Amino acid sequence: MPADAIIELKAVGKTYEAGVEALSDINLGLLHGALSTLLGPSGCGKTTLLKIIAGLIPTSRGEVWVKGRKVDGPGPERAFVFQDFALLPWANVLRNVAFGLELRGLAKDQREQIARNHINEVGLKAFESSYPHQLSGGMRQRVGLARALTVDADIILMDEPFSSVDEQTRRKFQEELLDLLRYKKKTVIFVTHSIEEAVYLSDRIVLLSPRPGTVSQIIQPSIDRQGKDPDEIRRDKNYLDTVDQIWQILKQYV
Amino acid sequence: MILFGKKIPILFSLLVWCIIWEIIGRAKLSTIVPPFSAVIAAATAIIPTAKFSAAASISLRSFALGMGLALLVGIPLGVLMARVASLGKILGLWVNIFISAPISALVPILMAVVGIGETTVVVTVFLFAVFVIIIDTQVGIKQADRSLVEMARCFGANRRQLYTKVLFLSALPEILAGVRLGVIRGVKGVVIGQLLIAIIGVGELFELYSQHFLMEEFWALVIIVFAFAFAISEAVAFLERRVEYYASTR
Repeated sequence: MPADAIIELKAVGKTYEAGVEALSDINLGLLHGALSTLLGPSGCGKTTLLKIIAGLIPTSRGEVWVKGRKVDGPGPERAFVFQDFALLPWANVLRNVAFGLELRGLAKDQREQIARNHINEVGLKAFESSYPHQLSGGMRQRVGLARALTVDADIILMDEPFSSVDEQTRRKFQEELLDLLRYKKKTVIFVTHSIEEAVYLSDRIVLLSPRPGTVSQIIQPSIDRQGKDPDEIRRDKNYLDTVDQIWQILKQYV
Repeated sequence: MILFGKKIPILFSLLVWCIIWEIIGRAKLSTIVPPFSAVIAAATAIIPTAKFSAAASISLRSFALGMGLALLVGIPLGVLMARVASLGKILGLWVNIFISAPISALVPILMAVVGIGETTVVVTVFLFAVFVIIIDTQVGIKQADRSLVEMARCFGANRRQLYTKVLFLSALPEILAGVRLGVIRGVKGVVIGQLLIAIIGVGELFELYSQHFLMEEFWALVIIVFAFAFAISEAVAFLERRVEYYASTR
């Protein structure tokens, strides 16, 4: 277990009521300030694992420790970005982004001021009073991201956040996400089934095997992103080699 | 409505029926159908009378009490039945039996149990309205977006916040649909209850007019009750449309 792990999974297993074993004996340390990706074929339990870290799903075996404390439910140091956005359809962007602070009982003008800053950060300044159904998929996910940033959690858990977003928007979004999270020094756990996305974004990639999900391998793409534009990174030799290396491993599972 | 290529307001069809009614009435085809104009004249004559306002206020009070009880019991019970699986199973069967049962058949028994009076009418309204409210609330809460619930938990919602800020609002379109259906049934309940008891409220007036063959007054009363039921259900429908606009992406 690495010394600076902010999240530690100790022999975590999950068996659903119907007897389906989704995860088996996962031992893993996720590093502080890094972007780690959980990558694997569909049905490998990567979303289950993320929700276990979030405290939304209890483990069947083993323990999860976050910042030196055992997890037994959701906590303020973890924020979640949902695949289907999970925005309140009856609330406008401002209220949705401020929702986490509203639940914490912060006064209205105070929480809205904080929310406004984060709405600006994700580039939705003009859409504060729009309702979710008036926004595109990409914009809705920006709202989801702003909501996660607003509660100022150390750890941001993202469950395939770009899977409902079209390809062009996705690329732009990925780039902005990298900039924003690096600048904020957040720890990010990212679930995806896209190898390219994982390699492009991650400091570390945790490869999961199919059901029951176990850690099959941990890969650290040594891509120098400093001062390079996104297209340069995508042509980088290390980037291409890592994509190929992961594909060689995942190939045997599909 | 489009007729001969022209757009015609919905109220026009109502007007056509009124004219047909008037013609049949004038032709004296049947003693139970007086001309529409005479009915309207009777209505304007009835409404200012003390007898009518006394009857209307008794009926309205029974209706309001019965509906109020139905809302207070129906919505929380529907929520509980959706959230507590065992309760939903135990009570679900009963609710489904009662929603399809002819409640009017129970009114004579109610009279024997709670007496002949306003209480019976209140209970009748309650029984007419409550079951559809329970079922619609239950469906609304059950269908509430699961990821919204997960989201709320993730961001630290306590139990009360989960219900008031997510589940209830998420189910509001279905709850209001149940309330609208409950209101319509409640109007039936108040009329049927009072007719069967026949000594109080609007029911007494119905009985009085039909026994003395005062057909103008009788039809006038029918129209007043219809108009009341329609107006109140449209008011709830208006609320429903506003809520559905915000929930249109669910």
